[in-house]
Amino acid sequence: MPGIAAAAVAAPSALSGGADVIAVGVLLAEFGMFRQALLRDQVRLYAAQSALISVLAVVVAATRHLPDLYALAALSFALKAVIVPVVLRRLLRGIGAIGGDPRWSDIAGSHALSVASAVLVAIAVAAFGFFTVAALGIRSPVLPATALSVSVAVILVAFVLMIVRRDVVSQAIGFLSLENGVSLTALVVAAGLPLILEVAFLFDLLVAVVVFGLLIRVHHGRAESMSTADLTSLRG
Amino acid sequence: MHAVMVLLLTLPLAAALACLRAPLRAAGPLTAACGVVCFSLVIALVPAAAHGSLGYLRVLRVDAVSAVFLLATGFLYAIVAIYSIGYLGAGHGSRARRARQFWVGLNLFAWAMLVAPMMSNLALLWVAVEVTTVISALLVAIEDTNGAAEAAWKYVLLASAGLGLALLATIFAYYAGAHVLGQSYDLGFTQLLTVASHLPRAAVQLAFVLAVLGYGTKMGLVPVHTWLPDAHSEAPTPVSALLSGSLLAVSFYAILRFYQVAVAALGPTFPRGVLLAFGIASLLLAALYLFGQRDIKRLLAYSSVEHMGILAIGVSFGAPAALAGVLLHVLGHAAAKANAFMGAGVFVRKFGTKRIDAIRGGLDLLPWSGPLFLLAIFALGAMPPFGIFRSEFEIVAGGLSSGNYATAAFLIIAVTVAFFGVAASATRMLMLPAGRLRDRPARQLVTAGSAAATAGRPAGTAPAGTAPAGAAPAGAGPTLGRGEPSAWMVVPVALGLLALLVLGLHPPAELTDLFSRAVGILSGRAS
Repeated sequence: MPGIAAAAVAAPSALSGGADVIAVGVLLAEFGMFRQALLRDQVRLYAAQSALISVLAVVVAATRHLPDLYALAALSFALKAVIVPVVLRRLLRGIGAIGGDPRWSDIAGSHALSVASAVLVAIAVAAFGFFTVAALGIRSPVLPATALSVSVAVILVAFVLMIVRRDVVSQAIGFLSLENGVSLTALVVAAGLPLILEVAFLFDLLVAVVVFGLLIRVHHGRAESMSTADLTSLRG
Repeated sequence: MHAVMVLLLTLPLAAALACLRAPLRAAGPLTAACGVVCFSLVIALVPAAAHGSLGYLRVLRVDAVSAVFLLATGFLYAIVAIYSIGYLGAGHGSRARRARQFWVGLNLFAWAMLVAPMMSNLALLWVAVEVTTVISALLVAIEDTNGAAEAAWKYVLLASAGLGLALLATIFAYYAGAHVLGQSYDLGFTQLLTVASHLPRAAVQLAFVLAVLGYGTKMGLVPVHTWLPDAHSEAPTPVSALLSGSLLAVSFYAILRFYQVAVAALGPTFPRGVLLAFGIASLLLAALYLFGQRDIKRLLAYSSVEHMGILAIGVSFGAPAALAGVLLHVLGHAAAKANAFMGAGVFVRKFGTKRIDAIRGGLDLLPWSGPLFLLAIFALGAMPPFGIFRSEFEIVAGGLSSGNYATAAFLIIAVTVAFFGVAASATRMLMLPAGRLRDRPARQLVTAGSAAATAGRPAGTAPAGTAPAGAAPAGAGPTLGRGEPSAWMVVPVALGLLALLVLGLHPPAELTDLFSRAVGILSGRAS
């Protein structure tokens, strides 16, 4: 297809270049969470990642004239960059995981693999996602296809994060950033999704965060730690 | 009929609110009454749904396929609520708080599962399924034991991650539709179906595989089933019954909607192949895991994985007879599995343990629940004259008529193996004389998880679910008298068996009409 070949050779426009930069920023934040050693910083990175996605939503809204997306960007910023991190931090402070006993705030040791090999695995998985999706030939009318590939890489790294980190907060953050990756995908391929549905998704996320929080409390109350190492009694 | 749909949407919510405020004694009867009313409302919907789809306010839509799943949920809501009255007993102190949480959660859980099949678009369907996840995760954790906390965490994490994939599937389905329907549309599946032949193939394939993987996580398809045995075994028994009979079915419903779109867009080969692979893996692995299970509720949980595999294989056959069998199987499995769980709950209450090797002499000690449990196991193992016999017969017949001889033969063998696995454990629990218990030290009767937590506490502070109220001495010593813990825990099982008999011997004409309409929808002949 000559059109695609030409587009690949031509220098990217300011919009697609900017969108790619933001998407890569989201991926970098994901890697940051992946190797983060302190709960507090992990929550901060999640907030930053969510904020980046809201910025991208504003960019798309401005350049593609989709006014609904302004509202979505505002809502998603308020919820994912402010409310969810605040709820998480209050919860963690409430059980002494932030600003309390360092045994609980430090999750550096919760890697199932060494940090280096875990990051290598994550890079391999991200590269796999990046190139596989590019091969599917899914083109978006609003954003460059690179952003889609990056978003799938974010989702896959979120899965690796949930697998290799063995503490409940990292796992919950892994799920939340997985949802961020899906939001990024939605911006690329489904920018016109009706606002009411997006609001339903966000509301649902809020409910999920509350339930995750409650279960983290339950876990902490019983296990006296954030680690999932003792969650192995049910087998077979 | 619109009023009926709105009532179904609001009544369980109202019941949940009422359970927050009402005196605790009233919460159980209130929930049971709401369950019975909701089941009657669903029945009232059946004749209309058998002749066409009912839409309301653009977001609500009930057709024959959704009506089948509403029937399963409505029936279980009613009988599980009745059972729970006996299961919880009267609550005092901190147990009262948990009992109240339980009743509120049960109503909300049933509400979410009734809402999901009534949604007209894939996005709201996803939202409803995610709501069922978070509510049921809290219900799994409600017993406040180490096992329950572990199971709830695994469940909410795995199911949410799976639903993350299902959300991605929804997004790609939207992308596919946007090519034809424009950038802003509702994502209604009827919209997608009308333009299905113009949808881009790669996007639909991606959406379908992600949907099967994502919703399949909640449906319990191997290899993404790993949360299921934990959650089913650690949840309070009424919640296990709802999880197994209804929640798994609701996720299957979501897969069916994606299946409809995928078949219309891609032709039948690809979607059926995907479902066949997951179905065979589930059936095979579950049938093998059924041997050597030591926990009665885990045994039943693996049996659920097995039956979900049967459903997936049945759809992959694609023949009308097989599809009719699948829909009947949804109802039959809901009734039979709920029965088996509720029966097992009586055993757990009576013997104070979930361990199969510590439960003996069930037929002697439980004059009603023992025989009923035996019949429920037979029904689950597709013995005639119960509903599952008819449904599995139809699925196999459909497989043979569509030329899938090898798969049909595999299905028969695997189902038989699974039946032996379940029956071996069940007959040991029921038939071996109770006297053998006296040889064992008393502490062996208590499981490490839930029972141990309750055994050491005074009855007043024990969590609602596990407290052996009627049989308090059960955990302490092996001398058990003959008798039932509660009549409330017997009647629902009898009702479930009655339903299975009706499904097996002579399904009502309205139900047969509903099935043929639904089969038409699933094979693309009706809408």
